[in-house]
Amino acid sequence: MAQLKSSFKNMVLVLSGIALFAATTLASVYEFTKAPIEASKVAKQQHAIKEVLPAFDHLSRPLKIADGNENMVVYKAFDATNQFVGAAVETSSNNGFAGKIVIMVGFDKSGNIVNYSVLEQKETPGLGTRMVEWFKTNKGKQSIIGKNPATTNLTVSKDGGDIDAITASTISSRAFLFTVHNAYKAFTSNKNEVVASINDSIKSNSIQ
Amino acid sequence: MPKNSNLKVFLNGFINENPTFVLILGMCPTLATTSSAINGLSMGLATTFVLFGSNVVISMLKKIIPDNVRIPAYVVVIATFVSVVQMSMQAYLPALYESLGIFIPLIVVNCIVLGRAEAFAAKNTVFKSALDGLGMGLGFSMALTMLGSIREILGTGKAFGYTLFPDKYGMLIFVLAPGAFIALGYLIALMSKLKKA
Repeated sequence: MAQLKSSFKNMVLVLSGIALFAATTLASVYEFTKAPIEASKVAKQQHAIKEVLPAFDHLSRPLKIADGNENMVVYKAFDATNQFVGAAVETSSNNGFAGKIVIMVGFDKSGNIVNYSVLEQKETPGLGTRMVEWFKTNKGKQSIIGKNPATTNLTVSKDGGDIDAITASTISSRAFLFTVHNAYKAFTSNKNEVVASINDSIKSNSIQ
Repeated sequence: MPKNSNLKVFLNGFINENPTFVLILGMCPTLATTSSAINGLSMGLATTFVLFGSNVVISMLKKIIPDNVRIPAYVVVIATFVSVVQMSMQAYLPALYESLGIFIPLIVVNCIVLGRAEAFAAKNTVFKSALDGLGMGLGFSMALTMLGSIREILGTGKAFGYTLFPDKYGMLIFVLAPGAFIALGYLIALMSKLKKA
C-alpha cells in the first residue's frame, strides 16, 4: 500500500481517527484504574491515621474545617471507655517548592505531636521529598516528634525557629512546618467539642 | 541483509546509539530523576514501555498517516501511551508514582520517543521497530540506572536504598543538579572512550 496522500480529507480523517482511538483507549484505562487509584488513596489515608495516633479504639466521623484557603479534616480518637486520646489532622499547603503538600499529623490529648505522615507531595526527588523521614529522625534539631507546638517554635532555625530545615530544601521545610502549625491550630480549636457516640464512629479494627 | 541484523537493531540502543551517552537526548528526565538508582531505573522502564508501544503503533500506522500531519499523529499516539503508564502507575505503584511525580507525564515531550518514531519506526517494519523501541528504552534505563547509582552512592552513601557508608561522608552536590552534570560528563567521556577502543 502506498503512502496516503496529504490531501485535506485524508489528513482530517486520519487525525480524527487516531484521536478517537486514543480517547477510547484512555477512557477505558481510566475506568479500569479509577477504583484502584481511589482505593490506594483511601488505604494510604487510613493507614496514615493509624500511624500518627496513639493507640485508640474508635474514631469520630471526619470533621471538616475550612480555614481560609486550607481545608482541614480532623479525626478524633477515643479509647474503649470513650475517653479522648488524641486527634489526627489532615491538612495541606500550597507553599511547597512544587505544588501541594498534604500531610496527616497526629496529636495526643495534651497536644504533643505523636507522628506525621506525608500523603501527597510534588517536591524535588531526593531533596524536598525527604520530608517523609527527615522530621522523624532524631538527629540534631530535626525531629518534631514529641514536641508540643505550644512550647516549641515550629519554624526552621534559619527563621529563628527550633527545627532544622532539610538540607538544601528550606522552602519545602517551611511549607511543611507551617502545615504542621495549621494542624495544631485545628487541633486546639476542636479538641473539646462533642465526644463522638460509639454508634457514629469508625472502629479501629475496621482500618487495615 | 545479514542474519544478525535484528540483534544489531536491538543492541544499537545500548552502546552505539545509546540515547543518553551518544545521542545526548532526553536530558531533562536524565538529570532530574536520577537522584537515586531506583528512580532512574523506574523512569527508564516507564520510558521503555512508551517507546516500545509508540514504535509498534506508529510503525503499523506509517502507511496511512499522511506526511503533513505525521508529527501531530505521533504525538497523540505517544501521549496516549504516557497517560496509560501514568494511570496504571498511580493505581498499582502509588509510592513510585509519587517519587517520580511530574516526570511521568513529561515523557510525552521526551525527544527520544518522538526521535525514534520519526527516525526509525516511520521507515521500518513493525518487528524491527519493536526491537528498536525495546533496545533504545533499555539503553536509556541502563544509562539512568548507572547515573542514579553513582549519584546515590557518592551523594548519600547508599545503593538502591542500602547503606554502604554513613550519610555524613556523602557529597550533597551529587544529589543536586550540578552533581548530575558532573557525573553525566564523566560517563559520556567513558562511553566515547569505550566506543573508540
